[in-house]
Amino acid sequence: MKNTLNLTGRNLYDLDDYSVEEIETIFETAKVMKEINKRDYKKIPTLRGKTVVTLFFEDSTRTRISFELAAKRLSADVVSFTSAGSSVKKGEGIQDTVYTLNAMGVDLYIVRHSCPGVPKLVNKYSGKPVLNAGDGRHAHPTQALLDMFSIWEKKGSLKGLKIAIVGDILHSRVVRSNLIGMKKMGANVVVCGPRTLMPPKIDEVYGAQCVYDLDTAIKDADVVMALRMQLERQTEGLFPGLSEFTNRYGLSKKVIRSAKGDVLIMHPGPMNRGVEILPEVADSDHSIIIEQVTNGVAIRMALLFLILGGKPEREVA
Amino acid sequence: MHKKRKILDEKEMERILKRLANEVIEKNKGCKDLYIVGIHTRGVPLAHRIAEYIEKFEDEKIHVGSLDITLYRDDLSSIEHQPVIQDSILNFDIEGKKILLVDDVLNTGRTARAALNAILDYGRPGSIQFLVIIDRGNRELPIQADFVGKYVPTSKDEIIQIQLKETDNADNVLIYEKNEES
Amino acid sequence: MILLKDGQVYLSDKKKFEKADVLIDKKIVKKIAPNIEESKAEIIDCTDKHIFPGFVDLHCHLRDPGYTYKEDIATGAVSAAKGGFTSICCMPNTNPVIDNVSTLNYLMRKARDVGKTKIFAIGAMSKGLEGKEIANIASLVKGGVVGLSDDGNCIQNAKLQLNVMRYGSIYDIPMICHSEDYSLSGDGQVNYGYESTKLGLPGIPTLAEEIMVSRDIMLADVTGTHVHIAHVSTKRTVELVKQAKKEGIRVTAEVTPHHLVLTEKACEDYNTNTKMKPPLRSEQDRQALIEGVLDRTIDVIATDHAPHSDYEKELEFIKAPFGVIGFESAFPVVYTELVKKGIISLELLIDKMTARPAEIIKRDVGLLTEGGSADITIIDLDESYIFDEDEILSKSKNSPFIGKEMSGRILYTICDGKFTWKKA
Repeated sequence: MKNTLNLTGRNLYDLDDYSVEEIETIFETAKVMKEINKRDYKKIPTLRGKTVVTLFFEDSTRTRISFELAAKRLSADVVSFTSAGSSVKKGEGIQDTVYTLNAMGVDLYIVRHSCPGVPKLVNKYSGKPVLNAGDGRHAHPTQALLDMFSIWEKKGSLKGLKIAIVGDILHSRVVRSNLIGMKKMGANVVVCGPRTLMPPKIDEVYGAQCVYDLDTAIKDADVVMALRMQLERQTEGLFPGLSEFTNRYGLSKKVIRSAKGDVLIMHPGPMNRGVEILPEVADSDHSIIIEQVTNGVAIRMALLFLILGGKPEREVA
Repeated sequence: MHKKRKILDEKEMERILKRLANEVIEKNKGCKDLYIVGIHTRGVPLAHRIAEYIEKFEDEKIHVGSLDITLYRDDLSSIEHQPVIQDSILNFDIEGKKILLVDDVLNTGRTARAALNAILDYGRPGSIQFLVIIDRGNRELPIQADFVGKYVPTSKDEIIQIQLKETDNADNVLIYEKNEES
Repeated sequence: MILLKDGQVYLSDKKKFEKADVLIDKKIVKKIAPNIEESKAEIIDCTDKHIFPGFVDLHCHLRDPGYTYKEDIATGAVSAAKGGFTSICCMPNTNPVIDNVSTLNYLMRKARDVGKTKIFAIGAMSKGLEGKEIANIASLVKGGVVGLSDDGNCIQNAKLQLNVMRYGSIYDIPMICHSEDYSLSGDGQVNYGYESTKLGLPGIPTLAEEIMVSRDIMLADVTGTHVHIAHVSTKRTVELVKQAKKEGIRVTAEVTPHHLVLTEKACEDYNTNTKMKPPLRSEQDRQALIEGVLDRTIDVIATDHAPHSDYEKELEFIKAPFGVIGFESAFPVVYTELVKKGIISLELLIDKMTARPAEIIKRDVGLLTEGGSADITIIDLDESYIFDEDEILSKSKNSPFIGKEMSGRILYTICDGKFTWKKA
């Protein structure tokens, strides 16, 4: 079989430069990885001898652990770099940090940074493939892939699904990547939140529908995703407080009733139980929140395998 | 262009598979605790055919699984195409069982090595046996098959192609010669 | 003596081109006429070349004293000369700030020593640009500043801004306003709109500029002071200035070459050389700026030359400083994108880069007339070239135009009768 896909050596900054076919290959591969994760012996020798760095300039436990497990299960060597307690604290710039790591022989960088665009910068300085593990409020493509994979597994496809994403849209990188990916896979996405937490021209940029009323957003939805609401936004003068937010935008059993009967409830985590989502919903049969975490490792294994397993400068017939 | 020669036709293939099935039964004194695992791609239909014969001869149900060894290959960084992984289906516990690995061609031994590693990651079988239709020599690792359909000593300039009804609409084993000009 | 033969000469008094020779004697343009014969003169053949008055830049940052790793008076003067400028006005955000006479004297003395380009100083409005107390405006004016500005900073306190204008109004110099409401611009990085959403960067709304422009226009009206709005970037600002002018309020405005030819789309690759204040705006805003240039709402094209070293710009987008350099690309960029494409006339561009800015600072520069000072730029409009980073003479290379093809090669710059730039 002639295979025209070429993911080897690619960067993953965001999903805009990935085709539908490529995203589906990632899903198919993740399915295999998920099976491996269910074994007693959860390790395969695929990436033996490859070195992967998790370069995290911003705190994150969940994403980092997920990536590290993924790389370790593929037998890659994983080095973890966090800015706390590193040379960055001593004033080293990003350029020198990358030059230094590169000189030690790194094959792939997994980058998290509070400033959008940094993954591209790391590629510029290293010449090595970069996986974006979240850059500011710009993008978080592996989260979007695992979200979409979780839906794809349950529903078979994303085509024609109504997906509502609710909460602080403005500051969410998860939303941005999901909007690009879900649109690509044929879903109809509705974003919903207070107007002060909505970025400008979101409909124009992503082709998403934007509503401010939760009931409208959720009506007949196949999937409802809640986003983490951060208390800091209150002091920034963007919304009055958590209780009013919960009243208007919190996912409760009552609100969910207007969605489809087999609605999936999702959350990229970490959750504020009782704020954007009530426990009665988070722990309900509709919720696939825990499975999202499981799928996160599988999706990241799939990406590492597809990007690192294969010849770099290869011509595809 | 290649020169092509037919080594086995449909009838000959059938005879070989029947013989191999009998050899397996003979060596294992029946088929108790025997699980057959085909290696993707052509090992899988072959595994099913061997299993059918054994079931017919012994009148006992045989479990068949499939194994994709892509993730265990030692040449990932030199292969030409994006590797496509197929599902590995082992719907049974292999702990302490007799496993019969089935593949179409045994050449360098590297695929068999990968398959051994892959199967061992699922657990600790009692024993592993290996069955191939064609053994063409050229070994690069110290690996031998327990059951061989036909020895076809070849040079590295030759290509062996096995065609199966399930994947290629006909049962044939062909040998090509690589032409320098091509 | 220098004799420029057979060029297309822009005559400032007639505001049009004529084929003529230009004879320069010492610091003065002695004669402009066809077929001048002068055996003692160095002859420059200007056939098919254009001869303009030397350009005047109303808005630049020379970083000297204090930040001479970015630029200093000497390199700034050379970079300006290469861009065809013979007069430039530098902003006071140096260290120390130009809010006192001794710093001003340092600047003027060094500028005189370098000599390549006429350098005029703009003094601070508030002490230390801190927006708290009025700077020593009377002393600064006596020391020779051509305008007052807290550029880079904007006085947020309306009462202080009012008092600066009241206090300064008796000297009749322009109050150059960088209009930005910090509560609205906040930690913004790019235009608030399509690109801020797409790039996930905090946005700077057009309102941040417009609210302050409205305030400063009202203050100009009340105090009778001449307010000059620096680097206009939005459609509504153009409308506000147009309306104010119609009402007879003493307001003028400038626009930069980059705001005239680029939009927020240029930021898509997180290139820190597209990060400046005000940010690159939407295409709609850009069109309004061009309209403003055409209907003379916008008086001046000024570079806002703002050098930053490469290690400052080779950073995460959010950490990189705002600002881009502009001397060496200003004319070719606007010529290529607006004049050559037939959107504005060459005469209008020259007016906005020479006579109009000179009028605003009330200095006798920017005019090419017999008996006037010999500040001249000779340009080959037809020569196309790639704007190459290695050829930039400024100490800093932070230009969004690197690698772009442009027309209009500056061949010679003459300031006070001396060559300050010769294309090798």
